[in-house]
This record gives sequence, C-alpha cells and structure tokens, in this order.
Amino acid sequence: MLITQLIFRFVVGGLVVTAFAALGDVLKPKSFAGLFGAAPSVALATVGLTIVAEGKIYAAIEARSMIVGAFAFCAYATLCSRLMIRNRMHSKYASTAALALWLICALGVWAIALR
Amino acid sequence: MKITFDLSTLAGTRWYEYGVRFLFGGAITVIAGLLAKRFGPIFGGLFLAFPAIFPASATLVEKHEREKKWKAGITNTTRGRQAAALDARGAAMGSIGLACFAWFVWKLLPVWNAGVVLLVALSLWLGVSVLVWQASKKHSRR
Repeated sequence: MLITQLIFRFVVGGLVVTAFAALGDVLKPKSFAGLFGAAPSVALATVGLTIVAEGKIYAAIEARSMIVGAFAFCAYATLCSRLMIRNRMHSKYASTAALALWLICALGVWAIALR
Repeated sequence: MKITFDLSTLAGTRWYEYGVRFLFGGAITVIAGLLAKRFGPIFGGLFLAFPAIFPASATLVEKHEREKKWKAGITNTTRGRQAAALDARGAAMGSIGLACFAWFVWKLLPVWNAGVVLLVALSLWLGVSVLVWQASKKHSRR
C-alpha cells in the first residue's frame, strides 16, 4: 500500500469517526447517544477506498468478517457497562480492559469458523 | 423518552478531545487496511468493527458529566460513571445494527451499485439500532 493511500485512509477515517463521535456528543439521552459509539464509521471510510483498490468482492468478504467483529463489539460494550455499574470501575480502565474480550471473541470465531 | 439535540456540548469539548478521536479513528482505518493487505480480507474485515475510539469516548463522557456536577457544587458523584455505562449500553444496542449493516453490505455489494448499498446499509444500521433502543426502553419501563 502506497504511503499516499495510507495518509488518505488516515485522514478519511479520522474525519468520519470524529463526525459520528460529535453527533453522539450532542444527542440525549446518553443511552441513545451511545448508539453512535457503534456507528459503521471505519467501514464507511474504508469500503469505498477498498472497492477502488481491490474490487467489490474483496470488500464484501471484509463485510462478512465485520459481522463477527460487530457481535464481538456487542459483547465488549455489554462487559464495559457491567464493569462500570456493578464493579464500579473507572470508564478508562473498564473500556480498555474489555478490549481483551473483543479480541478473544473476534479472533476466536475467526480461528474456529472463518479461517 | 424524548430524543434531543444539545449543541452546547460541542462547545464544551476541547480541541484535543476531537484530536484524540481523529487520531484513533485514522489509526484504526489504516491498521484495518494493512491487516487486510497482510493477512487477507477475512482477517482484516474483523477490524472494521473494532471499538477503537470507544475507550476515549467513554472516558470523555465520564469526565464531562463529572465536570458538570462539580460546577453545580456536587463533588462526590457517580453520575459520570453511570453516564459512561449508559453510553456503553447504547453502543451494545448499536452493534446489533452494525452487524445488520455488515450483513447487508456482504450480501448486496457484489450485485448492486456501491453508493446505493452503503446508503441503504447506513439507514439499516440506524433503523435497527433505534428499534432495539426503543424495545429496551419499553422493556425497562415494565
């Protein structure tokens, strides 16, 4: 991948993710705003670029794996919420520690079923 | 429950807080692309749903709520953490919509126009997420 492509990906990804996060900031109640924490921002930023560089089939294969990533995200966010409420853990530590669950779920399904 | 917009929260967000999200967002977009290039699209696709900016967002939600309470003279509060936990619950609901987005793109991208697929998939994400959120509100009211 060329350095200019990487820079372009970085800028587009950063802008789309920041835009969805800002939208989540202005919405109330908080549980509704949270929906935007799981917006398909990275996918929107990359699918177009992937189609241009690799084609539609390649992007569709990525989307199939993304389904697994999304369910891992659901498990991750549920654990975060529980750690903050039940275990009274600071959001910074809860949301960072729970990333291990996302990796276990996503990579586990990949190793068992997708690979 | 009524859904409202409060644009004043944008003014309360510092420039570096947007910068952090931009950096994490940009970084995961590049990393997902590089992983797909190195290990193939099946592996790289997983990272299109990686919660890259969630830790930064949750921390900011907690910080902003705590600061709001401090300004109101309440120093001993758990409101910040509760707000972050609610944000996480919302994200869990949104991730069901995210799975629907990915399913739609997987099934229809090879046969439809890419722009139309992404637009409909985005609407599907929003529609499913809002439906799940409404259902959970109705359930919790019982």
